[in-house]
Amino acid sequence: MNFTLTDIPLNYYLGLSATLFSIGIVGVLTRRNAIIVFICIEMMLNSVNLTLVAFSAFLGNPTGQILVFFVMAVAAAEAAVGLAIIIAMFRNKMTVNIDEINIMKW
Amino acid sequence: MELLISVIKIVVVMGVMLGIVAYVVLLERRLSAAIQNRIGPNRVGWQGLLQPIADVVKLVFKEDIVPLKSNRFIHDLAPIISLAVALTTFAVVPFGDKINLFGYDIKLQIADVNIGILFILALTSLGVYGLTLSGWSSNSKYALLGGVRSSAQMISYELSMGLAVLGVVMIAGSLQLDTIVEAQAGWKWNIILQPIGFITFVTAAFAETNRLPFDLPEAEPELVAGYHTEYSGMKFAAYYLSEYANMFVSSAIITTLYLGGWQVPFVHSFGFSDFWIGIIQVFGFLTKVILFVSFFIIIRWTIPRFRYDQLMNLGWKFMLPVSILNLLITGLVILLLS
Amino acid sequence: MNLVDIIFYFFALITLVSAAITVYSRNIIYSAFSLLFTFFGVAGIYVLLNADFIAVAQILIYVGGILMLLVFGVMLTHKVINVEIKTGILNVVPGSIITAIIGGTLCGVFVVTDWFIVEGVPPIKSTTTEIGTMFMTKYLLPFEIASVVLLVALIGAAYIARRDKSKNQSA
Repeated sequence: MNFTLTDIPLNYYLGLSATLFSIGIVGVLTRRNAIIVFICIEMMLNSVNLTLVAFSAFLGNPTGQILVFFVMAVAAAEAAVGLAIIIAMFRNKMTVNIDEINIMKW
Repeated sequence: MELLISVIKIVVVMGVMLGIVAYVVLLERRLSAAIQNRIGPNRVGWQGLLQPIADVVKLVFKEDIVPLKSNRFIHDLAPIISLAVALTTFAVVPFGDKINLFGYDIKLQIADVNIGILFILALTSLGVYGLTLSGWSSNSKYALLGGVRSSAQMISYELSMGLAVLGVVMIAGSLQLDTIVEAQAGWKWNIILQPIGFITFVTAAFAETNRLPFDLPEAEPELVAGYHTEYSGMKFAAYYLSEYANMFVSSAIITTLYLGGWQVPFVHSFGFSDFWIGIIQVFGFLTKVILFVSFFIIIRWTIPRFRYDQLMNLGWKFMLPVSILNLLITGLVILLLS
Repeated sequence: MNLVDIIFYFFALITLVSAAITVYSRNIIYSAFSLLFTFFGVAGIYVLLNADFIAVAQILIYVGGILMLLVFGVMLTHKVINVEIKTGILNVVPGSIITAIIGGTLCGVFVVTDWFIVEGVPPIKSTTTEIGTMFMTKYLLPFEIASVVLLVALIGAAYIARRDKSKNQSA
C-alpha cells in the first residue's frame, strides 16, 4: 500500500488535535473528580504530541518525534507523582473531589 | 490479489491456531494426568482426541451467569479483550520462509511489521486490561484481588521481558522478527548466544501468561478462581482459551527469538526442492513450539506456587538487575568483536 | 474518497467520540476506559503519519503504563463494593467560555497561518533508526536528564503514596 502524506492536508491533523485539546480543557475546567482532571491533562498532552508528529511528518524530519518522547517521559512521571498525590489526599480527606479539598483557604 | 492472499493467510492461520490451542488443552490434561499417575480424559474418541470438541460444545450451551451488581458492559468486554490480544499477537510471528504456491511467492507471516518486537510488547501490555477489567467489573472481592494482582505482576515482569529482548535486538541489529530469525541461521541460535537473556525471558513469559509457578491471579486456595471467578459459559471459555492461546503465542515468540524460529539446521543438505524445504521449516517451527508448550505444562505440574512477595522480590530485585547486566555484557561483547 | 481518507476519518472519529465520552461520562471507570480508545485512535493517526515507532511507544507508555496507573487510581480511591463512582460537574459557564476562547484561538491560528510545507517529502520509511541515532548523538543530554526525571518521579511517588507506619498505628 503506497500513499503519499499529502493525501490529507496538514490542517486536518491540526484541527483534530485542536479539537482534542479543547475537549481536554472542558474536562479540566468543569469536572469535580481529580482523576478525571488528570485524565484530561493526559489527553491534552496527547493532542500536543499529535501536532508534533504531524509537523514532523510533513517536514520529513523526525526531530519532532524526539520531542514527543520527552513529552511521554514527562507524562509518565506526572502520572506517577500525580496519582501518588491523589491517593495520599484520598487517605487524608476520603475524597478526590477537587472542590472539597480547600484546606489552603479559609 | 495481495489483499486476498492476506485474508486467506489470516483465515488459515487463525483456524490452525485455534485448533492447536484446543488440542493444547487436551495435551495439558493428558500430560498432567501422566505426571500424577492418572489416565486423564480418554473416553471421547480414540484416546480422548475428540475431547476438545465436546468441551467447546458443553461450554457454548452453558448458561451465561452475570452477577447482579456487576458492570454488564465491561463484564462482557473483558474476555473479548483477553482473547483478541492473545490471538492478535501471533500476527507478527514469522512461521516460515517464503514459499512458492500456485506461482505466488507467499511470505509465511501475516504482517511483516518492522518494529515487530515492540508490537508484541505493546500488545502484551494491553493484555493486562482483560484481567484487570474483569476483576473490577465482576464486583467480587476475589475477582478484584485477582485482577489487581495480575496487573501488578504483569507490569513488573514486562520490564525484565523488554530488557531481555534488547539483547536479541542488539545481536540481530533489528526490531523486525524476520531479520532476527535470519540472523540465527544454522546453529547460531540465540539460546546459545544469550543464555541469561533466555532464562529471564522465559521466566517473565511464565509470569506474563499467569502460569504456575506465577499463577497468583488465579491462586485457587486463596482466590477461588481469581479474575474469572464470576464468569461462566462462553465468556469463561474465552478466558480459558486465551490462557492457552497466550501460552502458545509466548512459546512461538520464544521460539522465534531464541530457538531459531523456523530455521531447521542442515535442511539444505538433503537435496529437497525449495517447496518441501519450506514445508519442513513450518513443521520444524510447530514442533519447537509444541515442545516448548509441553515444557510450560510440565513446569506447571512440577513447581509449587510462589508467594506474592516472593514473586515481586524475584521480579524487581533479581530479574531486573540480571537482565540489565545481560544487556551490558552483550553490548561489551559486541563492541569487542566489532 | 480513497482508503487513506477513510482510515483517517475512522481514527479521528474514534479519538474524538471516545474523548467526549471520557469528559462527559458520569461513571469514572467508563472515562478511564474510553480514554483507552482515545489513545488508540491517536496511535492509529501516528501510523498514518508514518511514525510507527511513536505509535507503538504511545500504546506501550500511555495505554500500558499511564492509563493502567489511572485505572489503579480509580480502583484504590473508590469503594468497589458499594459502587458510588458518579462524579459531578462544576463551573460550567466560565469553563465553556474559556474553552471556546482557547479552542477558537487554536483553530484560528491553525487555519490562518501559512504553514511551511516541504513539497514532495519522501515518506520516512522507518523512523526507528533515525530516532535512535538522534537520541544517542544530538539529544544525548536531554535523554539522560529524562531518565533522571523518571527516577526522581518514581522515588517521589513511592514516598508520597506510602502509608506512614507510625501514623497508621496511632490512627
